[in-house]
Amino acid sequence: MAAQASTAAPRRGLDQRSRFAQIADPAFRNTLTVVAALILVIIAFFFIFLIAKARPALAHQGVLSFIFTNDWNPGAQIYGAWPLVAGSLITAATALVIGVPIALAAALYIGELAPRRVAAPLAMLVDLLAAVPSVVYGLWGIFVLIPALRPIEQWFSDTFSFLPFVGGNVAGPNYFIAGLILAIMIMPIVSAISRDVIATVPRDHKEAALALGATRWEMLRIAVLPYSRAGIVGASMLGLGRAIGETIAVTLVIGNASVVGSSIFDQGYTLAAVVANEFGEAAADDLHTGALIAAGLVLFVLTLVINGAARALVNRAERKQLTVSAPEPAAAASAAVGA
Amino acid sequence: MNPETENVTEIPESTDSSSSPSPIRSTLGGATQDGATATVAGETPASHAKGITITGLNAWYGSQHSVRDFTLPVARGQVTALIGPSGSGKSTVVRCINRMHEEIPGARAEGSVMLDDVDLYGSSVDVVAVRRAIGMVFQKPNPFPTFSIFDNVAAGIKLAGGKGEGNMRDRVEKSLRGAALWDEVKDRLGEPGIGLSGGQQQRLCIARAIAVEPDVILMDEPCSALDPGATLKIEDLVHELKKDYTIAIVTHNMQQAARVADTTCFMLDGQLVEHAPTEKIFSNPDDSRTEEYVTGKFG
Amino acid sequence: MSIETLPRIAARRRRTDQIMRGLVGLGTLIALVPLVLVIYYLLKRGLGAWSADFFTTDPTGNFIGDQGGIKSALLGTIEIVLLASALAIPIGVSVALYLVEFGKRSRFAATVRYFVDVMTGVPSIVFGLFIYVTLVLNGWLGSSFAGWKGAVALGLLMLPVVTRAAEVALVLVPQSLREAALALGVPRYRVVLRVVLPTALPGILTGALLAVARAAGETAPLLFTATIVKDTSFNLNGPMNSLPVQIFNDLQQPSDALVNRAWGAALTLVAMILITSLLARLVAKRSAIR
Repeated sequence: MAAQASTAAPRRGLDQRSRFAQIADPAFRNTLTVVAALILVIIAFFFIFLIAKARPALAHQGVLSFIFTNDWNPGAQIYGAWPLVAGSLITAATALVIGVPIALAAALYIGELAPRRVAAPLAMLVDLLAAVPSVVYGLWGIFVLIPALRPIEQWFSDTFSFLPFVGGNVAGPNYFIAGLILAIMIMPIVSAISRDVIATVPRDHKEAALALGATRWEMLRIAVLPYSRAGIVGASMLGLGRAIGETIAVTLVIGNASVVGSSIFDQGYTLAAVVANEFGEAAADDLHTGALIAAGLVLFVLTLVINGAARALVNRAERKQLTVSAPEPAAAASAAVGA
Repeated sequence: MNPETENVTEIPESTDSSSSPSPIRSTLGGATQDGATATVAGETPASHAKGITITGLNAWYGSQHSVRDFTLPVARGQVTALIGPSGSGKSTVVRCINRMHEEIPGARAEGSVMLDDVDLYGSSVDVVAVRRAIGMVFQKPNPFPTFSIFDNVAAGIKLAGGKGEGNMRDRVEKSLRGAALWDEVKDRLGEPGIGLSGGQQQRLCIARAIAVEPDVILMDEPCSALDPGATLKIEDLVHELKKDYTIAIVTHNMQQAARVADTTCFMLDGQLVEHAPTEKIFSNPDDSRTEEYVTGKFG
Repeated sequence: MSIETLPRIAARRRRTDQIMRGLVGLGTLIALVPLVLVIYYLLKRGLGAWSADFFTTDPTGNFIGDQGGIKSALLGTIEIVLLASALAIPIGVSVALYLVEFGKRSRFAATVRYFVDVMTGVPSIVFGLFIYVTLVLNGWLGSSFAGWKGAVALGLLMLPVVTRAAEVALVLVPQSLREAALALGVPRYRVVLRVVLPTALPGILTGALLAVARAAGETAPLLFTATIVKDTSFNLNGPMNSLPVQIFNDLQQPSDALVNRAWGAALTLVAMILITSLLARLVAKRSAIR
């Protein structure tokens, strides 16, 4: 086994430094650190630039006035973005009202009720909805959804005109259609995250309920939903963030009318849609461009806030139960080292 | 007692760098190994083995002081076992020897660990070189999943920076033979390392460790994830390996210690309780705590 | 006591259970209806537009007469997305490597991770605006609109997706592998590059492919960065066409032929995205981690 010859392999003394590795290790680490810092730099950088470019328009209009004045009139150099803000809120709210229950139903069914063989393909199908690009939803919305739903919307508007925000003539593109398409677009992500959150419910919670003689639904109501509530709220907020930021599909089906409609079947506008829609014509007008950038800035801040809160909720909910992924090295090492 | 020490047939006249004749302190009653490791008659002496001397070792996980004032000689060319209940610090000690302990975030160690006459914790010592000189086999076999059997064994040589002197194939074969695995895998060296059984994977890890020709091999409960048949194979392997390497083995299994170790050390709560030839530890220990442990009164 | 004598649960409770389960099942079906409808109409109106000419001729810009095909859009999308991937994937993997291998405990790493998460929620149009404001308006590299600027915008979009997926894949690599390599005396950088990264590769690849699928469908960022052109271009430093932008333009024209072209292009785009997503799934299945 150990022949003398093998020790002819030059053995480095333990106090001799292997020069290349001594340099390479810290260099490697430092390079990666710099790249990671790049992320922070990029975000800060862009924030600064956006604010700089938006400033003239905001100075012209006034920040609060920009957000709350109900008069978007680039021709007259008035940039009150309230119709846009309102439109964003209305469509997003519609999207949530329609989309979250469906997403939740799908998550519950796939996670808890579906037979196992069916669950995985179903999940894949639901996720597939996220693969359809925004512009395709817009295309489909204009040529399929709007014509198909218009008679129904008109009937609804006539029949239920006593309800607030309902009644009057139904425009082709309108808030409702935009909200509906948004609901379809946010459904997969809300469902997927809800599914993850629901999966963290400990088995014993569920088994305890069943063992007490609860029906399946009662078990869900007692054991699963309360436990997952925070996470589901977080998932919905992520959907909200997504809905507010969605541009192309919305601008194609909302009508791009810069007023706040009185009915949900009126045409409207959103922060994101205005940027996409008016960009071309604003190119020559610095103030107009600045106002659009300001709209984008408001959008940015809005989504930052919403997503920040949503992430916090979801992370907290998902961390509630230790999952099977690799534990922290310290814990793993301590556990393995144990002795 | 280690039978090989009774047949000292020759003392090598050439002392190359890896077998420096420093006196190793030993608490063993009879055999002292002064710079030479005797082997069975006729074979050249084991040139890899060196001795380890741990002095005043303290180790922490964050603020938790898990090893206290630990002093132990690990005689060259012998198998030293560390036994003790869970949490006694056995694995921590062993990981301090090859300076793996400090890889854990928040962990640190102080004290002196001498490899022959070099203090591994010295300020000029390169940690990476320490680990090349001291091999480790872990509790759960961990061959690299994206490497073939051949590449797993060669990994230590290739990645740890040794360009082959000598043909890589020969070195891999030699290591696999040394780990008693060659015959079982010689026809499928290209297959993934993780396709082997648990016991085979562990022997693959041993082959990987000896391929870089370390001076010392550390084993941290190497058989606890294996079935009895595979365990016995590994224990036989340890008997063979000690002809060429100094071995320190952590084990939960007292019978295993009795079977493979020349010297046994009993630890409790991070401290060394007793250290003596294996027979003595198990038949006539000095410390009452040792006796209680080996007779199964606790742990 | 035999089964028959066990008190039966109240009929009301059983009914509630059935109704609710039915509703949940119904909700799931409703969720799938749009998928079916979108695919149906894509096929119905898009397939008809497909032809050899469709893929091999550029749009002519003519309103009547021969409108041409979508060649420049198709090629443009491929070029821009490839460049975006070349930017986003190395950076994303590097950030993930930092977070997992070196940044487990530092607050700096936690901050970076938080901002990566934040980036996933930024609307794509904001990225487009970023690039417009910083690169297009200033005429970087001598051009205003340019394919490469669109690629940067898309790369920013892809970055958090790649980083997140890579991070997950790297965390899944068992710590014991790193320890085995370290204990062999392998320097850290080689442990990461030669052992950890290859083991995590399938997961990273999956994330990268999903990011590509997402980026390929984005319109808004390209509107103000690469804009739209008719001709096939291989000059990334000039305006460049892309499928989403072409579709966006065509569908707004009052011309049936152009709208049909939009459907055909939409079908093409969705097909490309689906194939990429499928590839991602296949790669994920072959992951080495058990």
